[in-house]
Amino acid sequence: MREGFALKLRVRFTKNGSMKFIGHLDTMRYFQKAIRRAELPAAFTAGFSPHMILSFAAPLGVGVTSQGEYFDLELAEDMDPQEFVRRLDAQMVDGFSVTAAKAIENRKSNAMSLVAAADYEVGFRPGYEPSFDWQSQIPAFLAQPEILITKTGKAGERQVDIRPWIYRMQIKAPRILFLRLASASANYTRPDQVMEAFFAMAGEKLSPHALLVNRLEVYARKPETAMQGEEETDREPEWISLLEAL
Amino acid sequence: MKKLALRDEILLEVDKAARYIGGEVNAIVKEKSEVDIRVAFCFPDVYEIGMSNLGMMILYHMFNDREDTWCERVYSPWTDLDAIMRREGIPLFALESQDPVKDFDFLCITMGYEMCYTNVLQVLDLSGIPLHARDRGEEDPLVIGGGACAYNPEPMADFFDLFYIGEGETSYDALFDAWKENKKQGGTRRDFLLKAATIPGIYVPSFYDVSYHQDGTIASFRPNCPGIPSVIQKQVVTDIKKQYRSFEKPVVPFIKATQDRVTLEIQRGCIRGCRFCQAGMIYRPDRERDVDELKQSASAMLKNTGHEEISLSSLSSSDYSQLKELVYYLIDNFRDKAVNISLPSLRIDAFALDVMGKVQDVKKSSLTFAPEAGTQRMRDVINKGLTQEDILHGAGEAFRGGWNKVKLYFMLGLPTETEEDIRGIGRLAEEIAKCYYEIPKEKRNGKIQISVSTSFFVPKPFTPFQWAGMCSEQDFIGKAKICKDEIRSQLNQRSIRYSWHEPDVTVLEGFLARGDRRCGSVIEKAYRLGCLYDAWTESFRYDLWKQAFAEEGVSMDFYTLRERGEDEILPWDFIDAGVTREFLLREWHQAKKGLVTPNCRQKCSGCGARRYEGGVCFEASR
Repeated sequence: MREGFALKLRVRFTKNGSMKFIGHLDTMRYFQKAIRRAELPAAFTAGFSPHMILSFAAPLGVGVTSQGEYFDLELAEDMDPQEFVRRLDAQMVDGFSVTAAKAIENRKSNAMSLVAAADYEVGFRPGYEPSFDWQSQIPAFLAQPEILITKTGKAGERQVDIRPWIYRMQIKAPRILFLRLASASANYTRPDQVMEAFFAMAGEKLSPHALLVNRLEVYARKPETAMQGEEETDREPEWISLLEAL
Repeated sequence: MKKLALRDEILLEVDKAARYIGGEVNAIVKEKSEVDIRVAFCFPDVYEIGMSNLGMMILYHMFNDREDTWCERVYSPWTDLDAIMRREGIPLFALESQDPVKDFDFLCITMGYEMCYTNVLQVLDLSGIPLHARDRGEEDPLVIGGGACAYNPEPMADFFDLFYIGEGETSYDALFDAWKENKKQGGTRRDFLLKAATIPGIYVPSFYDVSYHQDGTIASFRPNCPGIPSVIQKQVVTDIKKQYRSFEKPVVPFIKATQDRVTLEIQRGCIRGCRFCQAGMIYRPDRERDVDELKQSASAMLKNTGHEEISLSSLSSSDYSQLKELVYYLIDNFRDKAVNISLPSLRIDAFALDVMGKVQDVKKSSLTFAPEAGTQRMRDVINKGLTQEDILHGAGEAFRGGWNKVKLYFMLGLPTETEEDIRGIGRLAEEIAKCYYEIPKEKRNGKIQISVSTSFFVPKPFTPFQWAGMCSEQDFIGKAKICKDEIRSQLNQRSIRYSWHEPDVTVLEGFLARGDRRCGSVIEKAYRLGCLYDAWTESFRYDLWKQAFAEEGVSMDFYTLRERGEDEILPWDFIDAGVTREFLLREWHQAKKGLVTPNCRQKCSGCGARRYEGGVCFEASR
């Protein structure tokens, strides 16, 4: 058993096509098996059912594609991150692709706790394009002092203002919207929640499965700005991708 | 990116969309224009169950080894998708190409248990293939049935064009070649079936007629067409060391399958000859795979799948002669790669305890015994060579090694069973508890936990009990009550947990297992009434089945309760399953006298399987 670790890697991958139907837990299982197929020197916990020390940054909902997913993995032997990428990518099925890996110098750095924001591209599934002029309503939507949505959690339903968590919302291409949303565990905001509120303001109903969501990148806060984290300012914080936040 | 058969909106709506998208690691994709034969291979249950079937995986790879053939997988859509497909008229599709099953040349359906029969009809129905073979046209796929249930194909005879009886490795090539040849010559579906019916192991039900006596028993069963064999010989891989179709790249599901691990088949058949066990009879002769090949296979399959566990598959692993060598090899080579080694229920002895201590957490794992019956008399009747001394000795050893959990499996309703035999179950459990408490307290690991579980006995074709009457539902319930009362009256009853299976599904299984051609109408009616996934407690609708019997005017009791006469023609008698009728009858008589028969390694009992010229029958002469 390889116990103890020599190297911690942060790995970036993409999830496209029909792989968007593979849920978060199954994606984790998929990578554990892929790492074994690639015969990479993963470190394992001790005991009768050893498991890899693998942690994913931000769960991706079923149906969402992504160009920027991350996990951290501990290795029991030192190895070149580029070699790691090459070998793991060779084990991918159509739809998954391993695009980058970097060594994490700070052992305590943890992808999941670093996640602060994410970029999304939101389009409409063919046949579900809205019939109203939605693009012109974005300024009015963002100009609202608060945007209340109902979140259902363990403690029942509660009203949450998501306006501070919409950092950007702009037209990217005809019928394609760009969103930058808060994604830390305390303020995690999903594109469909934003779009539902947006449609509601326009007096329209967003039909289920209308959206095609593609996550583009997941960010941490730039270290020097991290301390002001909880203060509400009008200025958007500064971000760095998880691969830079080592 | 591949186009899927189902729209995004549907896949986002249903539970576990990954069941329907294909694209798994090691799934085989070919160019359809480059193959001559397209095979849809179906396990008629949900994906997670079907993906765990070893036989299907072997044949999937074997078929795909042919350059001219592309074999794809099909499973039953779960009830949520089933409803959507019916509502929207979406045809059932195969996972790899996502093409409709109806476009394929063959639809092979493997049936491992009788309770999947309504799912077979679901698969045909959703595919848009007429349920009855006689209604199918030249454009429809040829529907082939196989698996353990094909040893009595009669209840499903109306729904299949042909059945393959026995192990798939031997005759499929000849069958596919015959199909290609027939197509080349412009032959019809019937031309092909006539040719297929002469290939060893192939049964084409439409070429046989059955007539019945006044009392409902079979009067005759014979071919209705010249050149058609009157007996179908089950197919067997004779030299398993040479002919085993080893495959090194099992498909790896995205979602957790029931068998989320590498399954290594170490042998086929069984030397034991338990009289209730169909597998132990129909898979004769016992054949062991080569240990060196198994080691190599284990390494390759673990590497190619990335599974974190490997398990050995066989009917009785303890009888595999190279087991020690294989198991220690697996432990030595894979434990340090964080691979779990899952052992099938081994006979508890020093070796088993040593191995279990190495691969499992003793505190969490349990010992499993399958005495099957509560008294020695009853165990002799069923030829289960496990004595109370064996159990108590094994358990005692294990208790001293720190184990404190025991699972016991029994059957109720076995032929000749008396109340004493049922009460014996509780008493045996008590003996085991006593054995535990004889160990000094400071050396014990807390309290003992015994779980007793009983299932109800179902007589199966090609076993010595194929003539036996089966108990009624009420009898079964009464027996379970006696068993429960006896357990509750034991001194250590608080340490014993008792669970039993529902009798209704067992009775139905008994009907389907020994049914004849007239049973097909009940199955079809039940399906039409809405029965599906009968093997699943949550969807089993006994009320609808009862309605189906009533509407079709078929008596279930005729098939279940009745003890068959020794000269009666049984629906499956036209199959030569290796074990002869004389042997089975001899065993039936021995059983009634409570006499045991030695296992194949101790002494040949002349069952008939020696004709296959392989396996244990020839070990001594080697």
